[in-house]
Amino acid sequence: MERKAFGRRAAVKAGAAMALAAPAALAQETMVLRYLGTAVNQHQGIKEKVKQDLGITLEYIPVTSDDVVRRAVTQPNSFDILDSEYWMLKKIVPSGNLVGMDAKRIKLVDDLTTVFTKGTVNGKQIGDHGTAPKEVMYLPAKDGKRFAASPTQWLTLIPTVYNADTLGIRPDKIGRPINSWAELLNPEFKGKASILNIPSIGIMDAAMAVEALGQYKYADKGNMTKPEIDLTIKVLTEAKRAGQFRAFWKDFNESVNLMAAGETVIQSMWSPAVTAVRSRGVPCVYQPLKEGYRAWAAGFGLPKTLSGKKLDAAYDFVNWFLSGWAGAFLNRQGYYSAVLSTAKANMAPYEWAYWMEGKPAEQDIKAPDGSLLEKKGAVRDGGSFEQRMGSVACWNAVMDENDYMVRKWNEFIAA
Amino acid sequence: MSSSPPEAGALPAVTSAAVAQAPLWQAAPLTLVLLGFFVFPLLATAVVSFWDYTEYALIPDFTFRNYHEMFQGCADFSAGGCTTLRTYLSTFRLCVMVWAITLVLGVAVAYFLAFCVRSDMLRMTLFLLCTAPFLTSNIIRMVSWVPLLGREGAINRGLMQIGLVAEPLEWLLFSEFAVVLAFVHLYTLFVTVPVFNSMLRIDPRLLEAARDAGAGFWRTLWHVVLPLAKPGMVIGSIFVIVLVMGDFVTVGVMGGQQIASVGKIIQVQMSYLQFPAAAAQAMVLLGLVLLLIIALTRIVDIRREL
Repeated sequence: MERKAFGRRAAVKAGAAMALAAPAALAQETMVLRYLGTAVNQHQGIKEKVKQDLGITLEYIPVTSDDVVRRAVTQPNSFDILDSEYWMLKKIVPSGNLVGMDAKRIKLVDDLTTVFTKGTVNGKQIGDHGTAPKEVMYLPAKDGKRFAASPTQWLTLIPTVYNADTLGIRPDKIGRPINSWAELLNPEFKGKASILNIPSIGIMDAAMAVEALGQYKYADKGNMTKPEIDLTIKVLTEAKRAGQFRAFWKDFNESVNLMAAGETVIQSMWSPAVTAVRSRGVPCVYQPLKEGYRAWAAGFGLPKTLSGKKLDAAYDFVNWFLSGWAGAFLNRQGYYSAVLSTAKANMAPYEWAYWMEGKPAEQDIKAPDGSLLEKKGAVRDGGSFEQRMGSVACWNAVMDENDYMVRKWNEFIAA
Repeated sequence: MSSSPPEAGALPAVTSAAVAQAPLWQAAPLTLVLLGFFVFPLLATAVVSFWDYTEYALIPDFTFRNYHEMFQGCADFSAGGCTTLRTYLSTFRLCVMVWAITLVLGVAVAYFLAFCVRSDMLRMTLFLLCTAPFLTSNIIRMVSWVPLLGREGAINRGLMQIGLVAEPLEWLLFSEFAVVLAFVHLYTLFVTVPVFNSMLRIDPRLLEAARDAGAGFWRTLWHVVLPLAKPGMVIGSIFVIVLVMGDFVTVGVMGGQQIASVGKIIQVQMSYLQFPAAAAQAMVLLGLVLLLIIALTRIVDIRREL
């Protein structure tokens, strides 16, 4: 039944894509879209496939997360498609530089995962501390500068990729089970722990630890009050002065080096960084913790300056992205895609079972570039999609008291 | 004067105004470049430092908010001073340590190159060798310290193998030591080059005269070589101080992001779109560095010496 539905949908999609994409490709051979985002999402594989399928050349502009916001706010003419995270929207949307994306032009809009549209996984409500995507998903009008409370025709971003982040650990160096965020501040790991030096994310990891230690219960970890910020920074400062942290990291490669070189044994980490450590032959686990995950999500937005053929091409690209190939590509790296059904249709059953259902691998699991990721029989850290995304506790966020938080964070670094 | 050729005297009379203006015209291109790319951005920074800001917008205004927030709580020393004060102290401490070490090392290397090496060929070869640290990129250079200084790095392994230490030394990496080491590695050349240049200009007969007059090595160094190499030392010092005061990459990577530096604060503020706050920090930093440079140039009148 299900499979048949996918087949039909895929056929409809393919037909529509031909109708839409082919003329665009014919009319303008050298359509170029300037794609602004972080390097993490800018895969060469996707670029080549887009060129092949749509005839559109993606011109990647890789910058850091902070620079995505800065460019979107200060130089909206410098890109044609924005790959933004949802928390950034609280800064970008009030600037009026993004235009709402028309749901009527997004063919699979009804198939977007409920993580975004309702904040649920399999009907179960998931954590919404911080900037949960459902809160910033819709605009009241095409050129709205604030968010709509309920679904409308105008979407801020079309979701593309998301994941649940947790702590990475070195099981060989720790030698006992780890199951709580509290371990990040455990004196047992003095001089061997690390967090990110990206204030808005680092403070949430700290808050997860503070709450796990039972020191305080936040109303919303992603939107702390000034006294809550003070308290969190105080805990962090005490830990820092006691020598808990080996280093802080700011960059993907730094986190990989810290862990692989044995400088740290427990630290905040991103999922591809864990894979990178493992690929060096160093044991590293993306440890699920009982308090849940800190999630993040990204999507495509359109600058309001876009019009005509470029606008059409941008919509073509977004529709293509949801149509399955890219989704499978992302799922195979441990991320999650926004339209699960089309991604499933583009993955082998054993791949889907490993990545999405948390089952032991029936055969060797390979990365999109063909390199070996996991041997037969391995099980994904954290299990299935339902288990991982269902245990989300909070989302990457921008606080109302962001200014104050950044000042306090600088104090913490100087302490 | 009166014997000067008549045409030479006649020429200025015709175009004396043009001749007087010629140096101005010659200086004009550089002046324009400096105006456009140095003075104007600096003025803009000064102006923006008085603006207000929100998450996503800069608000033209005239407010002391940025300066006020920067020095908030600075009068209260009970808690160890305010962030700004502590950050500047930490930056100054790094700066003084790096400056002292690079100066001694730079002078020693330059002395060796200028006076101990006899062959010009060998001298230039060794001099080029000094630039070796700059043959790789900044990031790679710093990342490569990790396998050397890290907990499981080469030095710690070696020390443990020969039984000097039982536990790996933690302070080798992600510490003030590591930051100073990386700075010294990078910036000694900036002292060596100008000092080398100054020393090459010292007339060898002065050294011979000192020796003939009975001065030993240290006496010659102190009374002849160093005074004549002072301009190079001051120029080198300015390089090192300016580079260290404004750095945030080396301090970040080698200090494990745990050591405060003024540059780091500015970078964090910039990345959170707090441009006015960053501008205010930059103005204060600029003011302090300028004061330092003025103090240094008081010690040695560079213009006269050059």
